[in-house]
Amino acid sequence: MADTPTEGAASAPGMPQLDFSTFPNQIFWLLVTLIVIYFVLSRIALPRIGSVLAERSGTITNDIAAAEDLKQKAVEAEEAYNKALADARSEAAKIVASTKADIQSEVDAAILEADAEIAARSAEGEKAIAAIRDSAQADAATVAKDIAKDIVAAVAPGKIDAKSITAAVTAKMKG
Amino acid sequence: MADDAKDGGLVFHPMDQFIVKPLFGDGPVGMFTITNSTMWMALSILAVIALLVLGTRSRAIVPSRSQSVAELAYGFVYKMVEDIAGKDGVKYFPYIMTLFMFILFSNYLGLLPMAYTPTSHIAVTGVLAVAVFLAVTVLGFVKNGASFLSLFWVSSAPLALRPILALIEVISYFVRPVSHSIRLAGNMMAGHAVIKVFAAFAAVAAIAPLSVLAITAMYGLEMLVAGIQAYVFTILTCVYLKDALHPHH
Repeated sequence: MADTPTEGAASAPGMPQLDFSTFPNQIFWLLVTLIVIYFVLSRIALPRIGSVLAERSGTITNDIAAAEDLKQKAVEAEEAYNKALADARSEAAKIVASTKADIQSEVDAAILEADAEIAARSAEGEKAIAAIRDSAQADAATVAKDIAKDIVAAVAPGKIDAKSITAAVTAKMKG
Repeated sequence: MADDAKDGGLVFHPMDQFIVKPLFGDGPVGMFTITNSTMWMALSILAVIALLVLGTRSRAIVPSRSQSVAELAYGFVYKMVEDIAGKDGVKYFPYIMTLFMFILFSNYLGLLPMAYTPTSHIAVTGVLAVAVFLAVTVLGFVKNGASFLSLFWVSSAPLALRPILALIEVISYFVRPVSHSIRLAGNMMAGHAVIKVFAAFAAVAAIAPLSVLAITAMYGLEMLVAGIQAYVFTILTCVYLKDALHPHH
């Protein structure tokens, strides 16, 4: 205080804090106050707040546990879903495979049948060809014998009989 | 406060706010007289009840604002006791909470304009500090017997130094209630007196704005001090309690 204020006369006894005549009064009422606050706190306020805090932490713990449980369930549901999906896939693959096998066997059977038919037909054809060839050969032999007989008759009539000419022609055709 | 500023006779009564006077009538202050001190102590009781009882009456899982503040105060002091005095100090939590709530509300209510601050009186803080000192000393002997004296025997120090340290420890132990009480009363008194002095200067027009600014700044500071001193008183109580429960260094 640079202004050096003049001390007021009213604040005569100096610090009121050192006025010992008020001490018993202050101490008495302080003790009353402290006892009242203590009873209010220990009987009502603190148990109540303590129980609210405990209840809250209990609720939070329970909620977290429930959330954990639900999460576990969700995981299980997902696993079940994935498993169902995988099962369905494998089932589908099995069906596809068996269907393919069926079709394959049908196709194989059809091919076999067709092959058999083809073989039968070609055997028939070969037989026909062989018959045609044989008849042609026979015809050729007959023609050759006739021609040979005619030629022999023309060259040396009556000298050689028809039987030996036929044998000669047959031997020649075989050779 | 300044009766006649024009004459240069600024009159300061910064300490008048601390005078204990009867609330009704003008008689002497007897032991059971209802005084301004009584009234402000009663108001702090009401404030404690309003916050911690009325504020929590809904017992909501999701707290209202006042319940939040009450829980905050509870948690703050509870954690302080548990951290400093340990698990076995928790059963003294209601006593420490009582001290904390009383000092906190006395300090803050005392900051209202025209208010009176019970905790600015050494008679009040002295009783609080001596009560803590006696309780802690008795508790120390009851819990630990004679081995409570090992608090003064610093076994980690060299043997030659121990008697000297013991002397210092004993002195510091007995000075505890003095520093404990004067710290609180002194802080409260000084802050209020300084504000009052600045308020007196406001009577001079030329420096009134400065004075008002200074009062505002001091008021802000006092808001901090009011909380911090309640905290300091409580935490020191916890430290003393820890010494009583676990006296071995």
